[in-house]
Amino acid sequence: MTKILLLAEHDNNTLNEATLRAVTAAKQIGDVNILVVGHACDAVAQTASKISGVEKVLLADGVVFVHQLAEPVAALLVELAPAYDVIMSAATSIGKSALPRVAALLDVAQISEIIEVVSPDTFVRPIYAGNALQKVRASEGKKVITVRPTSFEPAPSEGDAPIETLSTNTTNEKTTFVSAALSDGDRVELVSAKTVISGGRAFGSKEQFDQLLEPLAQKLNGAIGASRAAVDAGYAPNEWQVGQTGKVVAPDLYVAIGISGAIQHLAGMKDSKTIVAINSDPDAPINQIADYVLIADLFEAVPELTDKL
Amino acid sequence: MKVLVPIKRVIDYNVKIRVKPDGSGVDLDNVKMSMNPFDEIAIEAALQLKEAGKVDEVVIATIGVEKSQDVLRTGLAMGADRAILVQVEGEVEPLGIAKVLAKIVGDEEPGFVILGKQAIDDDASQTGQMLSALLGWGQATFASALQLEEGYVRVTQEVDAGLQTIDVALPAIVTVDLRLNTPRYATLPNVMKAKRKPLEVITPADFGVDTSPRNTVLETYEPPARAGGITVQNVDELVEKLKNQAGVI
Ligand SMILES: Cc1cc2nc3c(=O)[nH]c(=O)nc-3n(C[C@H](O)[C@H](O)[C@H](O)COP(=O)(O)OP(=O)(O)OC[C@H]3O[C@@H](n4cnc5c(N)ncnc54)[C@H](O)[C@@H]3O)c2cc1C
Repeated sequence: MTKILLLAEHDNNTLNEATLRAVTAAKQIGDVNILVVGHACDAVAQTASKISGVEKVLLADGVVFVHQLAEPVAALLVELAPAYDVIMSAATSIGKSALPRVAALLDVAQISEIIEVVSPDTFVRPIYAGNALQKVRASEGKKVITVRPTSFEPAPSEGDAPIETLSTNTTNEKTTFVSAALSDGDRVELVSAKTVISGGRAFGSKEQFDQLLEPLAQKLNGAIGASRAAVDAGYAPNEWQVGQTGKVVAPDLYVAIGISGAIQHLAGMKDSKTIVAINSDPDAPINQIADYVLIADLFEAVPELTDKL
Repeated sequence: MKVLVPIKRVIDYNVKIRVKPDGSGVDLDNVKMSMNPFDEIAIEAALQLKEAGKVDEVVIATIGVEKSQDVLRTGLAMGADRAILVQVEGEVEPLGIAKVLAKIVGDEEPGFVILGKQAIDDDASQTGQMLSALLGWGQATFASALQLEEGYVRVTQEVDAGLQTIDVALPAIVTVDLRLNTPRYATLPNVMKAKRKPLEVITPADFGVDTSPRNTVLETYEPPARAGGITVQNVDELVEKLKNQAGVI
């Protein structure tokens, strides 16, 4: 049976839902061990041990890992690799930074952001911002794979896997953490939200973006997203960007307001179940993929919609 | 110090791609090709460092077909000093690219390497990190700010939860994101001047690197299309449909 080592995504306190989704993909390939790398992250290992179908949790706790910088995380994965056939991770910032290093050091080609497991060695992944899909067969030998979380359901948490503590001598002379400016943890998380309300350039200012979208997002208990144009203009922080080069989301309801629907934006939201477009332009490309199109001025339609919900 | 900027020629980001009906790939014939947009940002970052007097030479390189000379000329017209084309036929995976780049780094000995965080064709986001691992250098990824200091580079990275700033000891690899800068356009006089700048053509065999692909692409196909939607007349109708038809509110 194929043996998989899956890198957990977490902030030393909470296991990210992306990992539960990556486990679902991994279980279609083989037997799953989860690696929790961090510092003072026992709680994460505990949560990981509850994921159904996980055989074992490995916990590597050390000061060198506190910010999960790519160099030490990759070095540890390479050290553990001989016992595994597949090294995997969700396609999160940490996974995307560390796994290609692992692949290069193991001298194997990585397969990025799989959206489907066809068989244990064959996967589907999007290319060209999701405008084409590629079915890829991995070469023999070890595989290094990242998973697009929105394409898999989260694995249930009804398991009870043993936790094994690792001791490592990993060091990091190359990179040093300086500071972080992270989003407020009380918000509904964009990637796992059931409803996402996104705003574009048309809002004209940060004040109008916040004043119009916050109340609507609250009513719908949704997360707020943004187009690149809105982020570049400073209406929203970078971590809210949806698209080819931002976050990929697939909520039950996605509302695109004052967003034209460039292919780079569609790449991040077109797998949403229901899409609503509110746009003053009947010919905006977003209207072609939306389930419900409202041709209106957002400055009138958004307050009215918030009122009527 | 010298900076190396690896770049890639891809289908222009404005073009709607066509998947070949026989499933063999994406049609590249008679399609507008351009420099990967992230690579323009990488070149701009290198040029700004040169203008600030922190680096003395900007070398650009690509691994690609003969026609990739186009994007190298564009980079030279933006202001790069010198270009290297490692000429290949067909697709090279990021691992193969990284191996060739590692050889170029060995010859050129740049103080650091700046490259795009992903190419908009295969969206793999691997090359910079792989090159960094092969060289044993430190890396910063998805940079939205970059400051070159004595012995290290301070980089603000766009991460899932916001922004993270790290220092990377030189020599280093930095992959750049959209918000790092706005790349300059090449002016016509500079396009003319670029024609006379040095462009060296070599092959992977010159380095003894095997760039044949490891994985096999079995099929390339179009994603399922979304069924068309309806236009609602007003907010009331939208609310009604979301409640009773879609059942999402
Ligand atoms: C390499 C690369 C990567 C990129 N990655 C991303 C990405 O990840 N995500 C992303 O979003 N973009 C990305 N882009 C940018 C993308 O190409 C578009 O430029 C961007 O998505 C446009 O944002 P927008 O729709 O808000 O603005 P615009 O295209 O300007 O659209 C504004 C829309 O608002 C409508 N409007 C105007 N006024 C009103 C009003 N009063 N009421 C209602 N509607 C109104 C207009 O009709 C228009 O449709 C990328 C581009 C490149 C080159």
